[in-house]
Amino acid sequence: MPTLTIDGVEITVEPGSTVLQACEQAGVEIPRFCYHDRLSIAGNCRMCLVEMEKSPKPIASCAMPAGDGMVIRTDTPAVKKAREGVMEFLLINHPLDCPICDQGGECDLQDQAMTYGRFFSRFSEGKRAVKNKDVGPLIKTIMTRCIHCTRCVRFGDEIAGVEEFGAVHRGEHMEIGTYVAQAVTSELSGNMIDLCPVGALTSKPHAFVARSWELVKTETVDVLDAVGSNIRVDSRGREVIRVLPRLHEAINEEWLSDKSRFGCDGLKRRRLDRCYVRRDGKLAAAAWAAAFAAIAERIRGLAGERIAAIVGDLVDGEAMVALKDLMARLGSPHLDCRQDGAKLEAGSRAGYLFNSTIAGIEAADAILLVGTNPRWEAALVNARIRKRWRRGGLAVGVVGPQADLTYAYDYLGAGPQTLAEIAEGRHPFGAVLKAANLPMLVLGMGALARPDGAAVLARARQIAAATDMVADGWNGFNVLHLAAARVGGLDLGLVPGSGGRDVDGILAGAEAGEIEAVYLLGADEIDTVRLAKAFVIYQGHHGDAGAQCADVILPGAAYTEKNATYVNLEGRAQRARRASFPLGEAREDWRILRALSERLGHALPYDTLDQVRARMIEIAPTMQQLDHVEPAPWGGFGVAGEMSAAPFEGAVRNFYLTDPITRASETMAQCSELFVDAKGEKTGTDG
Amino acid sequence: MSAGANGGGGAKPGGFTFSPENLDKSKAIIAKYPNGYQASAVLPLLDLAQRQNGGWVSREAMQYVAELLDMAPIRVYEVGTFYTMLNLEPVGKYLVQLCRTTPCWLCGCGDIRAACEQTLGIHVGETTADGLFSLVVVECLGACVNAPVVQINDDYYEDLDANGIKAILEALKRGEAPAPGSQTGRQTSAPASGPTTLHGPGGA
Repeated sequence: MPTLTIDGVEITVEPGSTVLQACEQAGVEIPRFCYHDRLSIAGNCRMCLVEMEKSPKPIASCAMPAGDGMVIRTDTPAVKKAREGVMEFLLINHPLDCPICDQGGECDLQDQAMTYGRFFSRFSEGKRAVKNKDVGPLIKTIMTRCIHCTRCVRFGDEIAGVEEFGAVHRGEHMEIGTYVAQAVTSELSGNMIDLCPVGALTSKPHAFVARSWELVKTETVDVLDAVGSNIRVDSRGREVIRVLPRLHEAINEEWLSDKSRFGCDGLKRRRLDRCYVRRDGKLAAAAWAAAFAAIAERIRGLAGERIAAIVGDLVDGEAMVALKDLMARLGSPHLDCRQDGAKLEAGSRAGYLFNSTIAGIEAADAILLVGTNPRWEAALVNARIRKRWRRGGLAVGVVGPQADLTYAYDYLGAGPQTLAEIAEGRHPFGAVLKAANLPMLVLGMGALARPDGAAVLARARQIAAATDMVADGWNGFNVLHLAAARVGGLDLGLVPGSGGRDVDGILAGAEAGEIEAVYLLGADEIDTVRLAKAFVIYQGHHGDAGAQCADVILPGAAYTEKNATYVNLEGRAQRARRASFPLGEAREDWRILRALSERLGHALPYDTLDQVRARMIEIAPTMQQLDHVEPAPWGGFGVAGEMSAAPFEGAVRNFYLTDPITRASETMAQCSELFVDAKGEKTGTDG
Repeated sequence: MSAGANGGGGAKPGGFTFSPENLDKSKAIIAKYPNGYQASAVLPLLDLAQRQNGGWVSREAMQYVAELLDMAPIRVYEVGTFYTMLNLEPVGKYLVQLCRTTPCWLCGCGDIRAACEQTLGIHVGETTADGLFSLVVVECLGACVNAPVVQINDDYYEDLDANGIKAILEALKRGEAPAPGSQTGRQTSAPASGPTTLHGPGGA
């Protein structure tokens, strides 16, 4: 452990640390542009110069390993002068167009120029200008501003796994670009905007929209996939302006998938802001009272078994509790939160969680992916697997769809046949899993949301048992969810009661006329044609498939508009916080259900958010402690049976359009058109 | 079967492939480097591609090399655009590179340039209509002792004067191969007035 002196303070750091890290540990801030603690060291901006005793020249602290006995000074006039010199060079070709730059107010160069800038320039020659590059609908480039830190290049190579950005030409003619005009085909590309220390890469949808200091910042969680990324929602008035990632080492580190980041413009379009009631085949705007009256008229007196409810992908825990209690009071056992038909059971928690945890991936040494394309289903889980893969010594096997996952893998087979071979020890990858210290199995919805899903689940459990995946302090059995609501729904037991029907049963019942009223709580990813005969109540925030088939529409709140609890795929309960108020007459979802219950004569016994949460925790104690993963006890799940021979297919057909919010988003539509519809552009990740 | 991590690419390379003998050469070059470090062969392979492609590397050629070395195409573009000895645009059969750095300039490279432009009827940066000559100005060629220097393809022509370069260019036009090296007849970079030391056994 090297001990060095920084500005007269002695400090001991981990071996392998750099001088810059040692300085940070000592509480000394070192200015930097190219250095980033999650990327490799480039050492090309020279802003982090410090003085080292016995060195005639200042050293770049980011690239200098901390050595025992080093004496570092960061506060001498020589250091300041050196940094001022570097800053002067950086500013030679920088346009200084801060007043029209979207990075203004959150720009590293701007900030550091306040300390190290000369406030005038000795450079009287012409500045160079660089042509802007078209890299797709998400990133706007103003390449003249680029200071060649190469963070974006390194991010593409190292984190995202798409080597598309590079530094071409040299010297004064050096440019960052793709050389061949092409869009950056990464689902994590938005992070380059955050990484860019200047205004060279900025958010295209956000261009010229707002200044960072005008926005109200709300720390909340993302619900557009099941990862539960921590985000910061920047809003102005009622409008969500942008979404940025928030640091959470165990979940998203400091990254965010493009869908979560850029899908937020969908919150402004196709919204339900008032009640609607269908009269003479047409939906007409109505007041809350009229909408409730229309529901009460149809539901009151209807037997419980003729009523059913389906829960969608974006629904929060509080609303699900209220729906569950309401359905119980109405006497209906037909309740299901697995609208994709995944054959998961609510009973055994280990059977539907990502038990290894996302951070746990970094410890694994063999991973079997079954029926999943994590790059599209949970981009940040995939980024974690890539992070682990880059360290070396990781074997990845894939059963199911083949795609470019940004890391090398062994393709084992297409479907259940291969799974059975591994389970029965007839496949060489079984031995790889068995030999691994911490093996993992990731089961995707492509393998579970099919008629033989329960048998697949049982087979997967058999593999886990046969290869010792579950040991003290480690559980290698993982289910990769797609929906932010799903784990919460299963925790709260929103599954058919005794004699109850699942989603398919409900739809079949509606077709047969056995189910007369169906309550869709944000459920849009179902075959709504089959609901034609039934009386459909849709509660949600977007006019998507569910609302179109509805007889009564109740406007709910989107995830940025309510204080609500979500459980991510690891089983980690997190709170979303309200960044802006629901639109128009829309209300928080549990309040709507509470109000409706009273109108139906079955008033739910809670009036405040705290009371709903108390009830929620009563049903699912694991939701009490926030941001905590409670290891789930290993139990029995799945139903052994015949698996069909049909290959596993990717559950996500289009990464950019998976839910009502992103389907309403213009930005996501552009991405979808460019990256998914234009075949060949995308590198074969289309489910 | 495994999927490579360097998937990010673009169009399949179409327009360029190595000739069979160059493919053999490229295999020999790649074999010089340890297993897994085949990317180190990118420079010699780009040079090989440039020679086969008539003096310049096209984007297709760079993509082909990328494919051959299992590299992301952008990594090859970076190398290809960095080195000035790799031409990214077509050049004439003879690429005339005129050194203009201080020693050559002091020894009259301006005259050489004027002579070239006059003989070839083009300006610096242009190619003759018959596609025979391209004239470019470069920084130090590293043969300052023999300034002024002109490099034509792989050969250095040294100790030039206006008439000398004219004669060389005319000879090339006729399809002859003028002798490279010093045009004043001195031995490599020995003193112009003959050796002053090492005259022979016993010395002078």
